[in-house]
Amino acid sequence: MTTSDEDLAFAAANGDRQAFSSLLDRHYDRLFAFCFRLTGARAEAEDLTQDICAALPAKLGSYQRRAKVTTWLYKVAVNAAHDRRRRRASYTKATEGWGDWEMNRTAAIADTNRAVDWLTMAMRTLPEDLRDTLALVLDDMTHAQAGDILGVSEGTVSWRISEAKRMLRAIKEMEDAG
Amino acid sequence: MTDDLDDIKAMMAEATPRPDPGRRAENLTLAEKNFDMLQGSRGGPRLTPATGQKGLLSGVRHMLDSLTTKGGLTATTALVACGFLFMTPTGQDLWQQAPAAKSTEIGPDSTVAQTRTETAADDTSVEARDSEEAGGLAPEVMEAPVDNIVANPNSPPPPAITLNEQTEGGFHDLGNANATAILSLESAPLDLAAEAHSRSQFAPSTLVAPAPAADYPILQQETNTEAFPDAAPNPLKITQDSPVSTFSIDVDTAAYSVVRSSLMAGQVPPKEAVRIEEMINYFPYDYPAPDADDGPFRPTVSSMTTPWNPDTQLVHIALQGQLPAIETRPPLNLVFLIDTSGSMDQPNKLPLLKQSLMLMLDQLRPEDEVAIVAYAGSAGEVLAPTPASEKGMILAALARLGAGGGTNGQSGLEQAYAIADQMAEDGEVSRVLLATDGDFNIGIHEPDALKDFISDKRDTGTYLSVLGFGRGNLDDATMQALAQNGNGTAAYIDTLSEAQKVLVDQLTGALFTIAGDVKIQVEWNPAEVAEYRLIGYETRALNREDFNNDKVDAGELGAGHSVTAVYEITPVGSPAQLSEPLRYAAENTVATTGELGFLKLRYKAPGENVSELIETPIRHGSEAGSDARFAAAIAGFGQLLRDDTYLGDWSFDDAIALANANRGEDAFGYRSEAVQLMRLAESLSQ
Repeated sequence: MTTSDEDLAFAAANGDRQAFSSLLDRHYDRLFAFCFRLTGARAEAEDLTQDICAALPAKLGSYQRRAKVTTWLYKVAVNAAHDRRRRRASYTKATEGWGDWEMNRTAAIADTNRAVDWLTMAMRTLPEDLRDTLALVLDDMTHAQAGDILGVSEGTVSWRISEAKRMLRAIKEMEDAG
Repeated sequence: MTDDLDDIKAMMAEATPRPDPGRRAENLTLAEKNFDMLQGSRGGPRLTPATGQKGLLSGVRHMLDSLTTKGGLTATTALVACGFLFMTPTGQDLWQQAPAAKSTEIGPDSTVAQTRTETAADDTSVEARDSEEAGGLAPEVMEAPVDNIVANPNSPPPPAITLNEQTEGGFHDLGNANATAILSLESAPLDLAAEAHSRSQFAPSTLVAPAPAADYPILQQETNTEAFPDAAPNPLKITQDSPVSTFSIDVDTAAYSVVRSSLMAGQVPPKEAVRIEEMINYFPYDYPAPDADDGPFRPTVSSMTTPWNPDTQLVHIALQGQLPAIETRPPLNLVFLIDTSGSMDQPNKLPLLKQSLMLMLDQLRPEDEVAIVAYAGSAGEVLAPTPASEKGMILAALARLGAGGGTNGQSGLEQAYAIADQMAEDGEVSRVLLATDGDFNIGIHEPDALKDFISDKRDTGTYLSVLGFGRGNLDDATMQALAQNGNGTAAYIDTLSEAQKVLVDQLTGALFTIAGDVKIQVEWNPAEVAEYRLIGYETRALNREDFNNDKVDAGELGAGHSVTAVYEITPVGSPAQLSEPLRYAAENTVATTGELGFLKLRYKAPGENVSELIETPIRHGSEAGSDARFAAAIAGFGQLLRDDTYLGDWSFDDAIALANANRGEDAFGYRSEAVQLMRLAESLSQ
């Protein structure tokens, strides 16, 4: 009954303003959640989402008719995140998103605090490429889709995921031991 | 192994915060603004009219349009004028003749140069005047958004408040700039809403965007400029105080299609777009038809318990028009007036329009005639009057149409009427069929003058119907006003199946009028009815005295059309009565006659100037059939979309149940579709 994402994106690429608004409205929350997973800080996620929103109209040209809208959107998001990191790296290396966690932690609910701390620490330990890959797979993307988005092969994604799991397990063991 | 991931996934879900609503709205607005800017720059090359001549004049105007600073314009104008003075023989003469030709006068002081040029030669003076106009216009347009914020006394609250309201109101279409406009309007002082026909045209992005439009000096920026007639719902009336209710019929269906197109795109429609009577009248009903020699239509009155209030009654007044034998219909002269401006260059506009008109051609007879006028920056005849039998020629002319340029609605209308006048012969029916997205951005300086023009033409027998296409800058208010003044119908075509309904299935009704200026007046009996409320027809209200005044225009009834009006009445002594009786009122002496009220109808036979009267009492006991019950479900649906206050806790679920129970035969599937829309609206408004 409702117009599909793909039809909306196609219409938007052809200049239909309403289609564009509907599409973005529909996906904003999910996009924001994904940005949070990529960056690990609320403020950073808001800014990244803003970057994406600002650039999205121009990116509509790159939308291919048959592509899934979420895949395309995540691709735009991952690229925007990379751009942002590159820009940040040029003037400050100190604050990485997951490093700002202390600020958010105080606001977190007491029950989940310990688990969340662990997550923070774990995500911080992972290298960027593993973290991005994990963010996609945690968002229910298949390895093939994640590979498509990141521009790497499916095998690379699978390797990165197992690598991430290995590292997470190591962290956990270290913690349990300590 | 997957367990690890599941754990971390759950943790991640826990840690992910909700997006900040303020930032969300800001970001969505930013995206829309960038989208619009991009459209502007992309649309640039397409802006020359694809139809109509490209002369020096339009070239110069285009150049001047795209210049935006006053200084720039003045300088250019001065250059042109100086060039004229020095380069052309006439200019040279003038230059020599000039009594006090000091160098200061021919410098950049453009006023002097312009005055000279105007007196000198016709062509140049036109250009100079044009450029003067453009010079005066450009800065105004650019400054307009700032005025909206600063100078307008009715201006909406500051941006931050607007955004907050949006989120708290639970609107689903947060990003929809249109919604911003509505909410801003609501929070504006009441007198704005009270102007029944006042039009609300905000460029919403300029209200919210922190930077004024001066940063982006593109004159023909495409923003969402939809405008809907801004009419407050009919209030509850106390029978004792004002027992008489008068209105004109309305057979338009545009509002329903607009609501559908909004819901299908996943957005709750703006409240102003929901005209309940048009939603009810969208559906065909099987009301009893009049007998052959019984007058053009037959009224049927029935009542039922109000679905949303057991203590009140709904009274249905249904008119069923006669369907004259189609074989004997008079020949038809149709002038398609087609908007080919740049804004029509979207898949759901010009291409859909062409397909729709092609569908319609099959319904025409060989003796009918068709002409096509296209209007963009300039109006032009695309197809001279051609018999409908020459289908190939008509199709080829349609295929030639391309979109580009601004919209000069006025000259297009004038030309279309001129052609219709040429085509008219005795005993034939002439119609101008205006197809547009409603974006009359140039050419209409005085909307009232345009209405007068259309009214005059209506009196010569040429009627105007309006077909709306596309969303984004749909000027529903103007379209509605044009069709009302032109004695025609306004329909909104969002899909090819809607084109099928309007232009194929119901074409006869849309083009052949069987009764003109149909007015309805109901006098309620204060002994039986304490309070009453007319549902819908806000834009069609008439004064009590207008009913008997044949000079006052009202709606037309087409062949086979049916019209439904629904009143909610509160019987005397009902616990639902909202008003208290007056302590000092004169004692009510009217004997109870068993009559709820008295229904009077006036109409004019086609071509007549004097109206006929039909009268019938409204009595208890005529229980409503399934058609009337379905209409009640739609009336409830419309009120839910408008957030009317009379429904209590009656919900979309109840509307769906009522509509489903009374779907009837539904040969075309319209009623099933309505149920689907109700379901969609229910999920969207949660």
